[in-house]
Amino acid sequence: MDKVVRMSSEKGVVIFSKSSCCLSYAVQVLFQDLGVHPTIHEIDKDPECREIEKALMRLGCSTPVPAIFVGGKLIGSTNEVMSLHLSGSLVPLVKPFQANLC
Amino acid sequence: MNSTSTHFVPPRRVGIYEPVHQFGMWGESFKSNIGNGNMNTPSHIIIPANNQKLDNNLSEETSHGTAGTPHMFDQEASTSRNPDKIQRRLAQNREAARKSRLRKKAYVQQLETSRLKLIQLEQELDRARQQGFYVGNGIETNSLGFSETMNPGIAAFEMEYGHWVEEQNRQICELRTVLHGHINDVELCLLVETAMKHYFELFKMKSTAAKADVFFVMSGMWKTSAERFFLWIGGFRPSDLLKVLLPHFDILTDQQILDVCNLRQSCQQAEDALSQGMEKLQHTLADCVAGGQLGGGSYIPQVNSAIDRLEALVSFVNQADHLRHETLQQMYRILTTRQAARGLLALGEYFQRLRALSSSWATRHREPT
Repeated sequence: MDKVVRMSSEKGVVIFSKSSCCLSYAVQVLFQDLGVHPTIHEIDKDPECREIEKALMRLGCSTPVPAIFVGGKLIGSTNEVMSLHLSGSLVPLVKPFQANLC
Repeated sequence: MNSTSTHFVPPRRVGIYEPVHQFGMWGESFKSNIGNGNMNTPSHIIIPANNQKLDNNLSEETSHGTAGTPHMFDQEASTSRNPDKIQRRLAQNREAARKSRLRKKAYVQQLETSRLKLIQLEQELDRARQQGFYVGNGIETNSLGFSETMNPGIAAFEMEYGHWVEEQNRQICELRTVLHGHINDVELCLLVETAMKHYFELFKMKSTAAKADVFFVMSGMWKTSAERFFLWIGGFRPSDLLKVLLPHFDILTDQQILDVCNLRQSCQQAEDALSQGMEKLQHTLADCVAGGQLGGGSYIPQVNSAIDRLEALVSFVNQADHLRHETLQQMYRILTTRQAARGLLALGEYFQRLRALSSSWATRHREPT
């Protein structure tokens, strides 16, 4: 889906979530803790919510939300983000997008 | 037929009329009063013709004064001359006997069910005592409540968890033995992997149980009281795990020290993120339940929307277990086999001590000072 491709290719960390999804919120908090300001797309506020969900699933997400993209590439859902972080691989991945601490 | 024979009705005669004597038994609230009085009643039916001796026997038998069915004797006397009445009497008896059998069957089934329930309750009490619950004499009720076991998924989980703890204790024992003795690395590696898989098995069990009743898993009611004190989203805190293990590692390489440091930090960050997510879930749930008008007496829409939200709780429990899984996995990766074995032993003993603390506390609480 074009819209999804466009939204996910935005610079930095992109999170597809829903306003009611607390797990998406947890992922958001984690990235903020790492000094990254992710772009959040709350798809339940989008009229094409169902199509976006289907597109995300087709891209390989086990659940439509949260779906995390870093630098246009799909990382996965909460599970994948947590695994990456504990293995130490998440920080190098988001390093180019960390906000400057000044 | 002499009078003595009426007292002992031969089996082949009684055989067909056995129901009648049973009627007497069940007709009087299960008094085991089979006794002589009832045995005698068949003889009146067997001999249809008028029988002076029979009537005499009648009066003899009533005078024996058993708690049998005296009213039957009176009726028998009037039908002994009339075949139709006898047939009707026979049919009535058969019907009465049939009803009596049904009553008996229902009663026995009730007894059986109660017996099974009693066994189940006793097992639960035993288990609760072992786990260190304060199980009072029924006056004090603990919040465990036995309604939990009405859910088959939860009942199955509790049973499986009991076995899990037993196996855990066995593995800890084995680790302790081999680490004090000599064991080659290959065999030790196998033991370590078995121990790791055992933890992962628990997470799978919890995932299934969470689908059956997420509140039960969240509450940690299946754990002992001291373990529950440290509860975080239905289990132990991954950062606690690291805190418990780390002092036990004597020699760590520089790389290991760095890796462990990074793991501690990322573990803490992940934990914090999940904790904040949980807080948000609590707030949204509270808003849901408190929504609309309070005081109007209605609650169905609020309860329904809250139920939708509660599905998220299951994913949090799964996510917390995933974090525990990954923490264990990373520790395994960073440490050598021998270090991992010592770590798993330390972790296992830590939980054993918490369980011992729970039961000691429960016992101390019960003893009069």
